[in-house]
Amino acid sequence: MMSNEAAAHAGHDHHPTGWRRWLYSTNHKDIGTMYLVLSMVGALLGGLMSFLIRLELQEPGIQFISDFQFYNVLVTGHGFIMVFFVVMPAMIGGFGNWFVPLMIGAPDMAFPRMNNISFWLLAAALVLLLVAALTEGGPGTGWTVYPPLSNATYHPGAGVDFGILSLHLAGASSVLGAINLITTIFNMRAPGMTLHRMPLFVWSILVTAFLLLFAIPVLAGALTMLLTDRNFGTAFFETAGGGDPILWQHLFWFFGHPEVYIIIIPAFGMISQIVSTFSKKPVFGYLGMVYAMVSIGFVGFIVWAHHMYMVGLDVDTRAYFVTATMVIAVPTGIKIFSWLATMWGGSIDFRAPMLFAFGFIWLFVVGGVTGVVLANAGADIAFHDTYFVVAHFHYVMAIAAVFAMFAGFYYWIGKMSGRQYPRALARLHFWTFFIGVNVAFFPQHFSGMAGMPRRIPDYPDAFAGWNYVSSIGSYITFASTLLFFVVVWKTLKSGEKVAGNQWGEGATTLEWTVDSPAPFHTHEDLPDMNPQPAE
Amino acid sequence: MKKPRRKNGITAVLLFSLVGGMVGLAFASVPLYKLFCQVTGFAGTTQTAAATPTVASDKFITIRFDANTIPALPWKFAPAQKEIRVRAGNPAVAYYLAENLSAQSITGTSTYNVTPYKAAEYFAKTECFCFTEQKLAPGETAKLGVEFFVDPEIFNNPNTRDVKTITLSYTFFRAPGDEEGAQPKGQELTSRRQGSYRESEGS
Repeated sequence: MMSNEAAAHAGHDHHPTGWRRWLYSTNHKDIGTMYLVLSMVGALLGGLMSFLIRLELQEPGIQFISDFQFYNVLVTGHGFIMVFFVVMPAMIGGFGNWFVPLMIGAPDMAFPRMNNISFWLLAAALVLLLVAALTEGGPGTGWTVYPPLSNATYHPGAGVDFGILSLHLAGASSVLGAINLITTIFNMRAPGMTLHRMPLFVWSILVTAFLLLFAIPVLAGALTMLLTDRNFGTAFFETAGGGDPILWQHLFWFFGHPEVYIIIIPAFGMISQIVSTFSKKPVFGYLGMVYAMVSIGFVGFIVWAHHMYMVGLDVDTRAYFVTATMVIAVPTGIKIFSWLATMWGGSIDFRAPMLFAFGFIWLFVVGGVTGVVLANAGADIAFHDTYFVVAHFHYVMAIAAVFAMFAGFYYWIGKMSGRQYPRALARLHFWTFFIGVNVAFFPQHFSGMAGMPRRIPDYPDAFAGWNYVSSIGSYITFASTLLFFVVVWKTLKSGEKVAGNQWGEGATTLEWTVDSPAPFHTHEDLPDMNPQPAE
Repeated sequence: MKKPRRKNGITAVLLFSLVGGMVGLAFASVPLYKLFCQVTGFAGTTQTAAATPTVASDKFITIRFDANTIPALPWKFAPAQKEIRVRAGNPAVAYYLAENLSAQSITGTSTYNVTPYKAAEYFAKTECFCFTEQKLAPGETAKLGVEFFVDPEIFNNPNTRDVKTITLSYTFFRAPGDEEGAQPKGQELTSRRQGSYRESEGS
């Protein structure tokens, strides 16, 4: 991709070349590309970890992983990497960087050098997380890092400390990135691009960036408390010193619940663009879609204790959190129905991005339905920490987000690289991936309802059948992921050249008005978005 | 070009102060959470009262007693009575017995709560050994008292009307500043970790 872009634009674009172009980059497109590459590296690592987990769980008894601490480290690493180093960099750092300035008609981000720092902090954080996994047994705490398991008694090694520092760096990266995106969106829109005319993807990134600013500092505070508890004798979460480990859960989930919306809201934005493009219709109920995202973001901050029904909340508190949690179904329902209404009566084009958008909607609906089940405190007490929960959140946010990322990749790769993806292989990738994840995760509903606990490498024979099926699904998914890398390679190597607007009349946003691949500098003359009197 | 740049700066400053404010709130949550627990009886946090109420109820309630020590504290700690029945609103006294089994003097501190959690709002202590740290000389035995009452209002709240038994529980820890406590702690941690590794390698 690099050589190709460099060749295409050597004539009129002045930019540094070689390693300087990337290490010192202040260009939103180059930084976006680096984020996407980082995300792909993360996906291989995190995917490999889930592969190992499923390999162990394929049959009852202990097959491959006899060191249980190592199993816990795999579970922890898989969670952290997928959340912080795959989904967030791809959606916010990758597509956000690439397409927010292009879609609002800005020449670049508001703070290009801060953009560079954001990326390299995240790269450092990934290295630190891998160091953590290899240090003194590694962090086997789960991504929730609950004390007392994560305190100095049960994790005396420096692995957890490295993990905490890694999250601090990743958090700083996200906060800087969020400030950059908000400033860009508020101050650098083209003339006539009012807030209520912004594409839904830009809106989704704006909402996400605000969620990051409210949520990440709370995680940073809690992590700092845990770090001083571990190393400097404070007792924030240490019962002996008058602290309370439950406080960690409140702080963590005050961050953690918005965090899952940080992952899924950019997906909403991308799916809206894609469904609209391939139905050749404007999105149904634009304002409703915007304020659905805003209200999902807001409600996300007042439902955190539905992760903590087991800690002994009294009945009124539980009643509140059950109700507040179920309220989320209203704005998410608005989004689902608006996507369906956008397709209704449209001239639908079943290209790879649209297939992945369909996949996203299916996964999100299934996960949403089990979410309403789990919102009930009474049911959740039975399902807590079972594979039912694992199936739920993989459907609703993890795999759904991955489908949105693939949809975004196929939608925008022409704009980013100037080349078309191989269509047949892309379709094959979709079908294998769709079948793989459903075979992997749907049976986990059954083993979860039967009582199989999560985060344990062994299980009774009674759960053997569905676990075997689930592991087969995981292998299909893994093979399909490798196929995706073949698609990437073939696209960049031999994909056919595409025009500025490869999708035709349905693609109405500003990024389709520039050449493909997008030149190094775009929108140097700001486009005028004011309604033209002639029309 | 100058104007938007200044505008960007202002936006960034505002957003950074939002981040700073949220970090502040995270730390402010520690005392706020403590206060919240004390006020609402959240997670079984008992109430502290200066005096017992003047009016007593004619209904009785059973109080059971539970005692724990963490392994790092070589104390024997047990309630002197298994349970007592008290009239709600009347003051009651119960005792625990603590004995230092080691050859050093040790300072301990206890945490406590009641179950069911929802009863905590109505369980008030007027005096308690748990309000201060306790120091025991080698081999010393101490009788530790707690004076409490159950607020008769517990029978008026529809959520707590069904409570017939309240369990009062204490767990003794080494006090954080205890000198002897600091040294063996590190050693104990290492051995615990090796132990867990041995386990996983063996299986």
